[in-house]
Amino acid sequence: MIRLEKRKEPSKFWRIANPFLAVLLTMLAGGIMFAMLGKDPITAIRLIFFDPIFSDTFGSYSRPQLLIKSAPLILIAVGLAIGFKANIWNIGAEGQYIMGALFGAGVALAFFPQPGWYIFPLMIIAGAFGGFLWAMIPAILKTRFNTNEILVSLLLVYVAERILAAMSLGLMRNPDIPGFPGSRDLRRYEAAYNSELIANTGIHWGVVAALIAVIFAYVMMTRHMLGYHVRLAGQAPRAARFGGVTPARLVVVCLGISGALAGLAGMFEVSGPGGQVRIEFASGYGFTAIIVAFLGRLNPVGIVLAGLLLGLTYIGGELGQMMLQLPSASIQVFQGMLLFFLLALDFQTNFRLRLTKGARA
Amino acid sequence: MKKLLTAAVLSAALATPALSEPTKAGFIYIGPVGDFGWTAGHDRARKIMQEHFGDAVETTIVENVDYGADAERVMTQMALSGTDVIFAASFGYGPDVNVIAGRFPDVAFQHATGYIQDHPNVSLYDARFYEGRAVLGHIAGKMTETNTIGYIASYPIPAVISGINSAYLHAKAVNPDVQFRIIWTYSWFDPALEADAAETLIEQGADVIMQHTDSTAAIRVAEDAGVMAFGQASDMTQFGPTAHLSAIVDNWAPYYIDRVQAVMDGTWEAQNSWLGFADGIIEMAPWNDRIPAELQAEADALVAAIAGGEYHPFTGPINFQDGTPWLADGEVAPDVDLATMDFYVEGITADLPN
Repeated sequence: MIRLEKRKEPSKFWRIANPFLAVLLTMLAGGIMFAMLGKDPITAIRLIFFDPIFSDTFGSYSRPQLLIKSAPLILIAVGLAIGFKANIWNIGAEGQYIMGALFGAGVALAFFPQPGWYIFPLMIIAGAFGGFLWAMIPAILKTRFNTNEILVSLLLVYVAERILAAMSLGLMRNPDIPGFPGSRDLRRYEAAYNSELIANTGIHWGVVAALIAVIFAYVMMTRHMLGYHVRLAGQAPRAARFGGVTPARLVVVCLGISGALAGLAGMFEVSGPGGQVRIEFASGYGFTAIIVAFLGRLNPVGIVLAGLLLGLTYIGGELGQMMLQLPSASIQVFQGMLLFFLLALDFQTNFRLRLTKGARA
Repeated sequence: MKKLLTAAVLSAALATPALSEPTKAGFIYIGPVGDFGWTAGHDRARKIMQEHFGDAVETTIVENVDYGADAERVMTQMALSGTDVIFAASFGYGPDVNVIAGRFPDVAFQHATGYIQDHPNVSLYDARFYEGRAVLGHIAGKMTETNTIGYIASYPIPAVISGINSAYLHAKAVNPDVQFRIIWTYSWFDPALEADAAETLIEQGADVIMQHTDSTAAIRVAEDAGVMAFGQASDMTQFGPTAHLSAIVDNWAPYYIDRVQAVMDGTWEAQNSWLGFADGIIEMAPWNDRIPAELQAEADALVAAIAGGEYHPFTGPINFQDGTPWLADGEVAPDVDLATMDFYVEGITADLPN
C-alpha cells in the first residue's frame, strides 16, 4: 500500500532537482506528442533545445536573439518573484510593461528630432516610473480599501491595452504617415534607440538592466532587511507583524519594485527590438514572466536559467515550425507541459510516498 | 568514348542537384492556419501554389507570429535557411519586413496589405476588399428588418475603414433608414472577443452581422441567435448554414503562383499590386438560399459591374462625415484616398477611434 506523508521540511534536493526533471519529462512527453503528429521526435527536440544555440546555420543569429527574448522575461520575473515571496500577487505585469513603454516612448517622441545624450536616461526613468505608477493603483487600492491586488492588477492590463491602442491611433501616431496607426520608428531616432551595445551579441541596455536587477534582487533577498521582511511576511505573516513588518508598506514596496522593473522592460523593448508604439506592441511578456518566476523557484539565479530556457523554447519552437512544420499550438502545449510537470513534481517537495505493509486497510 | 560517357554522366549528375534545387517560399502568418478565415485563405493559396509547382517549390510556414521582434526573428531565420521569397501575410508586419529586407537584399519579400516599401526587394500586394464590401452592404441593406447592421471591426486602418464606408454607402443606397453599429476589437483573431462583440451588436438590434476579423465566432453566435451574418476571407457557411449569407472569399493563389514563378525565372521585381474582382483575387461565397432570387441577381450584377470596370464603389457624390464634400457627382475616388482612408463618410453616426 502506498501512503502519502507530509515532509516536516520541504525537501531541498527536490526543490533544485525538480526543474531539471521537469525539462526531461517535457522532452519525453513532448517527443511522444511530436511522434504522434508524425514528426521525428529527436529532430524536433533537437530543433527546439539545441539548434538555436549550436546549429551552424542559425546559431550565430539565434544566440543573441535568445538574450533579446529572455531579457524582458527575466527583468519582469525578478520583480514579480519578490512580491510572490511575500504573498503579494502582481498578475498585471503586462499592463505595467505597456505603461513603461508608453512613458519611455512618450519622452522620446516629445524630444524628437533633437539629439542629446540625456534623452535615453530620461526615457529609462520615465519607463520605470510608468510601470511603478500603474502598479501603485492596485497597491493603494489594497492598502486603503483592502481590494484584491490579483484582480485589480489583472484588470488594469486591459485598461493599459486600450490606452496603448488610443496612443497608437492618436497622440503618438506618426504624423508623417497619415491613416496608419503606430508611432515613429524609434530605431531611426538615434538619441532614443536602444541599440546593441556590442554588435551581433544581442546585448542591449535591457539585457544589462536584467543582469543588474538579478544581482540587486539576490543581494536584497539574502542580505538586506527588506528581503528578510519579505520572506518572513510570506512564510509567517503573524510573526512578521510582531517582528515590525508593516504589511501596507510591504505591499507598496513589492508592487512598486515589480511595476518599475516591468515598466523598464517595456521601455527597453519599445526603444529597441519592438521599435515603435503600436497597437499590437504587447506580446504577453508580462504573463509569461509569471511562469518564469515560478519555474525559477522565485530565486533570482533560477529565474535567469528559467528565462533563458523559456526564451529557448520560443526561438526553437519557431525553428521547429519552420523546419519541421510543427503546428504552433504544439509548441504552446510543449511550453505548457514544462509548467505542468514542474508543478506536479513539486508535490514531492512537500510530500513523500511511503510504501507500507498492506494489512492496515 | 567510355571516358566521354562517364564525363557526361558525371556532369549530368553534378548538374542535376543544381537544377532540382527547389525554390524555397516561406510564409509567416499572424493567426493559426486553422482560423477558417484570413490565415486559412493564405494557406489555401499556398497549398494550391505548392501543388502547381510540385517538387520545384518547397514551402514552409510559421503561424501565430506576433508583430515586432518575433516577426523579425522568424523572417531572419527563414532568410538564413535559404528561403528565396518570404510572404508576410498581415498588415502589421510592415516595419519588420522592411528592417529584414534591408539586411537580406537577395531575398524577395512579399508583404500583404502593407504600405511601407523602403527597399527594392519589398513587394506589396493587397486586395480591393471594399469591392466585396459593396456587395455585402447591398445585400445587408435589403435583408435587414431592424435596419440595424452590426459591424465587428479589427483595427482602424485604411483597409478596414474603407470596407465600413463601402458597405455603409451600398446599404444606404438600397435602404435609407439603415444604421451601422461598429465595435472595434483591436485584434485580428480573438474568438471570445468576437463572440462578445456579436452578442452586443445583436442586443443593440442588429440582425445582420458583418466582420472584419478572422474567426468564425460571430457566425456561430449569429446562427444561435437566429440573425444573419457574413463570413470573412473564407466561405464560413459550415459554421452557420442558416445565418451565413455570403462572404468575401480571398483567392491569393493566382498571385502566389505568378510571383513564385517570377522568382524561379529570375524576373521578380518589387511591385505594388492592388487587385480586385477583375483579377479573381476576391470572389463571393455562394449566396445563401434565403437571399431572394431577385436580390441574388442584383448582387451578381453588382459584382459583374465592378469586375468589368463599369462601376466603382466609391463614386460621388460622397461627403465626409461632417457633411463637407469629398467626391463630386460622378467623381471616382483616387486610389491614394482609399489606401490612406482615415475618415467615415456622411451618415455613419459612430466616431472613429483615436
